[in-house]
Amino acid sequence: MMHLGSALRTALAAFLLAAFAFVLIGPLANLALWSVAERWYTPYKLPVSYGTRYWEQVFRPTGDAMASLGTSVFIAVLTVAVALALSIPAGYALARLRLPARALFMVVFLLPQAFPSVAIYINVARVFYQLGINGTVLGVVLVHAAHGLVYSVWIAAAAFGAVDKDLELAARNIGASPLKTFVSVTLPLAAPGIVASGIFVFLESLDEFTGTFFVGVPQVRTLPLLLYNAAMGGNYQVASITALILLVPSVLFMLFIERFLRADVLAKVGA
Amino acid sequence: MRAGSQVMSGVGAAIEVRGLHVAYGGTKVLHGVDLDFAPGSFTALLGSSGCGKTTLLRALSGFVPVLSGSIAVGGKDVAGLPPEKRGMAMVFQSYALWPHMTVLQNIGYGLKLRGASKRDIAAKVCSLLAMLGLAGYEDRKVTAMSGGQRQRVALGRALAVDPGILLLDEPLSNLDAKIRLTMRHEIRAIQQRLGVTTIHVTHDREEAMTMADRLVIMNAGRIAQIGTPEEVYDRPNSAFVANFMGAENVLPVHVVTGAGRTTITAGEARHVLPRERDLALPAGEALAYFRDDAASLDAPDAEPGEDLVVPGRIAARSYPGGLYRYRVEAAGRQLTVDHTIRHEPGAAVGLRIPLSRLHIFPAAQASIQASIPA
Repeated sequence: MMHLGSALRTALAAFLLAAFAFVLIGPLANLALWSVAERWYTPYKLPVSYGTRYWEQVFRPTGDAMASLGTSVFIAVLTVAVALALSIPAGYALARLRLPARALFMVVFLLPQAFPSVAIYINVARVFYQLGINGTVLGVVLVHAAHGLVYSVWIAAAAFGAVDKDLELAARNIGASPLKTFVSVTLPLAAPGIVASGIFVFLESLDEFTGTFFVGVPQVRTLPLLLYNAAMGGNYQVASITALILLVPSVLFMLFIERFLRADVLAKVGA
Repeated sequence: MRAGSQVMSGVGAAIEVRGLHVAYGGTKVLHGVDLDFAPGSFTALLGSSGCGKTTLLRALSGFVPVLSGSIAVGGKDVAGLPPEKRGMAMVFQSYALWPHMTVLQNIGYGLKLRGASKRDIAAKVCSLLAMLGLAGYEDRKVTAMSGGQRQRVALGRALAVDPGILLLDEPLSNLDAKIRLTMRHEIRAIQQRLGVTTIHVTHDREEAMTMADRLVIMNAGRIAQIGTPEEVYDRPNSAFVANFMGAENVLPVHVVTGAGRTTITAGEARHVLPRERDLALPAGEALAYFRDDAASLDAPDAEPGEDLVVPGRIAARSYPGGLYRYRVEAAGRQLTVDHTIRHEPGAAVGLRIPLSRLHIFPAAQASIQASIPA
């Protein structure tokens, strides 16, 4: 009975693992297959001919992909900087200070998510056009940051809220000013949560399409726009390669999280 | 003893608290506290939870704002100053050590703030650790230490800045019973050596009695009694203090004064005080408080002598070790008495209580204050 039970459990575990691997690796394998398929049409289950022609096309010095990747990363880094510059003070204030309209303040950051994004971005584009920042990196960064702030402010507030107040009082008690206390005690202790929110903003920015489309095009062309163009043109090879490139930073960041942020720290976020 | 010579501290500072009112989120917690702390004294603030003792400590340290009143340290009012300008160092109940710093960084934090050089910090921390019995622990992560070790590091961090005033917020309540006893003596010894004015908040009566020179018993945001451990224990000034200090048996008595003599009646027992004894007892209905170990069991009709002998019946018996603990029904009350001789439940006994060990308070006052659980 015991033997049968353990065999069943092993079989179930193997099945679940296989299912998980299929869900995780299946789409990636499909992307990889598409990226090296030079000709592939129905009714064939596999590509008719293989080659690296499209990889060469994407990575050609004159190609758009590398330039777009550079633009994407540049915008994402700036977006993280802007979002953190706002969300660290805002998150601390929301977690610690007794603001009269705390709930209202929190909702303001959620507001952009409450409306269809296209409706918002058309209006944003109009305002930006009048300000002369339509089609600039600055405009795109602002749009991405507004989007990312929704998450980063909430995560930062949770991270600061999780820092025991006595730890701050202990520093004040033996002579630290409020600013010194924040820099030497509160911020380092909230850092894992802040880093997590930064990573989240980075990945959101890298992935963002709608806002970039309305505010950035045609001058600012990020990787998702390139991917969209390729897909619309029926060029699944370039779209697949672009998607794979987009995956690289995500995977790197997941490795970073796995390496530097322990699960118990992550679990505190949002607590 | 080189360690001791390096750990130098200024003489403790004097504190004068006058008319201190403190509120927490609209609820008044302290209703006018007046209290003096002599330089170098060790005072325990004792009371049940919610009595305001921790709030008083946090008001002193500047963590909670003061509604009105003054806190003078060495003659200078600090009630309006932020915590970092008050010259007080606190040891927290939760230790409040910074988990992202080593032992050296934790203890050296205050010194670094004061611009001490790396070498001076290392030397001072080294000598403090030697004093605390943690020599060589500089580079430990505080998260990798036991509760007792963390408590020592927290104490070291507070002492490192040579504070005039040391505040202890239930520092031992999270420790094992055995370590707690050791730490009591260690903290007391260090305090004596450094001469720092120390205020210790606790709800543990024995801890307060064994560590402090002076106890301040607090009740519902006010000071109930101030005195040495002996004074508070032997001569409580109110029913609350008597009850809080362990006199949990309550015997209703009737006191008649007049014609130069005082008569105490408790149930069927009656005692006429000799002329020369003047206990200044309140006349009328009163409640007498006494400890389990103050009374003994005797025959119901035993000669009272200097004692009050109240006839009663044993309701229950237990053996906690060393002596028997009885529940005795007498004068309509259930009383707890410890006695060495074994009696059977149901037996008629005389409850013998020396008059000197009865704390007698008017019933009106007692019924109000004794309703607060100890």
